[in-house]
Amino acid sequence: MINPHPGLPELDYIKPASLEEASKFLAAHAGEAKPFMGGTDCFVRLRDGAWELKYLVDVKGLDGTNTITFESQKGLTIGAAVPMNQVISHPDVVKHYPLIAEAARTVASYQLRNRATIVGNICNASPAGDTTGACIVLGGVLNVFGPKGKRTEPLSTFFKGPGKTVLEAGDIVTSIFLPLPPNGAVGRYIKLGRNMLSDLSIVGVTVLGYPDKTTKSGYRFKIALASVAPTPLVPTKAEEILAEKAINGETILEAAQAAMDAATPIDDVRGSARYRKYMVRNLTRQALTDVWSKLTQ
Amino acid sequence: MSFHRIVLTVNGSTEQVDVPGNMTLLQMLREKLALTGTKNGCAAGECGACTVLMNGEPVNSCMVLAAECEGAEIVTVEGLAQDGQLDIVQQTIIEEGGVQCGFCTPGMLISARALLNRSPNPTEADIREALVGNLCRCTGYARIISAVKAAAQATQ
Repeated sequence: MINPHPGLPELDYIKPASLEEASKFLAAHAGEAKPFMGGTDCFVRLRDGAWELKYLVDVKGLDGTNTITFESQKGLTIGAAVPMNQVISHPDVVKHYPLIAEAARTVASYQLRNRATIVGNICNASPAGDTTGACIVLGGVLNVFGPKGKRTEPLSTFFKGPGKTVLEAGDIVTSIFLPLPPNGAVGRYIKLGRNMLSDLSIVGVTVLGYPDKTTKSGYRFKIALASVAPTPLVPTKAEEILAEKAINGETILEAAQAAMDAATPIDDVRGSARYRKYMVRNLTRQALTDVWSKLTQ
Repeated sequence: MSFHRIVLTVNGSTEQVDVPGNMTLLQMLREKLALTGTKNGCAAGECGACTVLMNGEPVNSCMVLAAECEGAEIVTVEGLAQDGQLDIVQQTIIEEGGVQCGFCTPGMLISARALLNRSPNPTEADIREALVGNLCRCTGYARIISAVKAAAQATQ
C-alpha cells in the first residue's frame, strides 16, 4: 500500500556555526548535501523521492542571512533566510519595492510564507517562482559565499534550466541585492492560478515600467514571465518594441504578442501549452496596460 | 543517523526531546509528546491541518524539522484553552457550527488565533486570506469565517 503521508527519508540535520564551515561541508558532500532555508520546496522533493540526500545543511542565521537592510543611495539587501512575510511587511519594501511585496503575497499561504524565502524561491529555480520575476525586472544580484570566498551572481545569467542554476557544490546564497528602482517606476505582477489564492502559477507576468529619456518611446519596460519556459523568461523583443515605438494600446498589444511568441510552455497538470501561450499575451497586455495607466496618471 | 537533543517550550511547558535529523515538528508533537490534536493531512505544506504557532507565528509543522526547534516556543491546539476556559475562537467555532468532521479544525483554530493576534479587527477578505492555507472539505468555509468574525467582535 502506498503511504499517503510519507515521512522524510533518513537524513541528518547539520547546523554549521559559520559560512566557511557550511561551505566546506557542502563542497565535501557534493550530491548528498544541500543548503536549506525554509525547506518548503526541499521537503516536498525529498518526500516525493525527487531528491536523495544524506544531509540537510541549515544555513539560517549565518552571517547576513537574517536581515533586511536598506541603503537610500544603493538599494535593498534581503537576507536569504528572511521569511517572505517579513519581507512583505517591511516598511522599506512597502515604500520602495512594492512589486516584491505584491509578488510575494501571491505565494502559497500565510503560514507557508512564514518559512518560505525569496532567495529560496530563486535558488529552487522553478520556472514558476512567483518572486523571481520581480527580482529579475528590478535587476537583482545574488551574494554568494563559496569555496573560493564571496562573489556575486546576477539573476540575468543565474538560471540554467528547471531546478538548475550556476551554483556549484559549496555555494551558499547569503542574500539578494536589489538596486534602487528607477525614478517613477511602477510594477505589476499578475498570476494566473487554478484558484484565486495559494496555487502555483499557470502563467505569471511581471512588468516594471519607468520613464527613460534614452529610449525613443521615452519609457522602458522590463518584463519577466513565469511558468512558460524552462527558466524564468525575459521577452526581450517585447521590451524592445516598447522602447522603440510610441506607447499606446496598439504597441502594448504588439508587445504582448511578442511575449506570447517568445514563450515556449509545456502541457502539464496546471494547463496546456496552447492555453498558456494565449494567457501570456492576455496577461502581459493587462499588466502593461495597468502599469502604463499608472505611469501616465 | 544521529539524534539531536533539543529543549523547547510547548504550550508553556519546557520539554527536552531527542529527535532524529529527519523528524518533523509535526511528528515530534504527535509521536514524542502525544499531542495528537495537530493533524497530519498532506505532509506537503498544502492543507494546513498541522498548523501550529512557532514563536508566535503560524507555520506548517510538517515543513519544520524538529531539530530546528531548539529554544522555540510552540503552541498547539491543546494550548489554546487557558485555565479550563476555551479560547474565543474555539467558543465561536462551536457556536457558529464551524466544525463537521473536525480534522481541519485544530489548524483552522491556530490560523484564526494568529490572525486575531496580528489583526484584532479583520475584514472578511483578511479572514479568507489568512485561512487560505487551511483546507476544509466539509463545511464550505462559510461558518468558519463567520466564527472568526464573531470571535473578533466578541473581543472588541
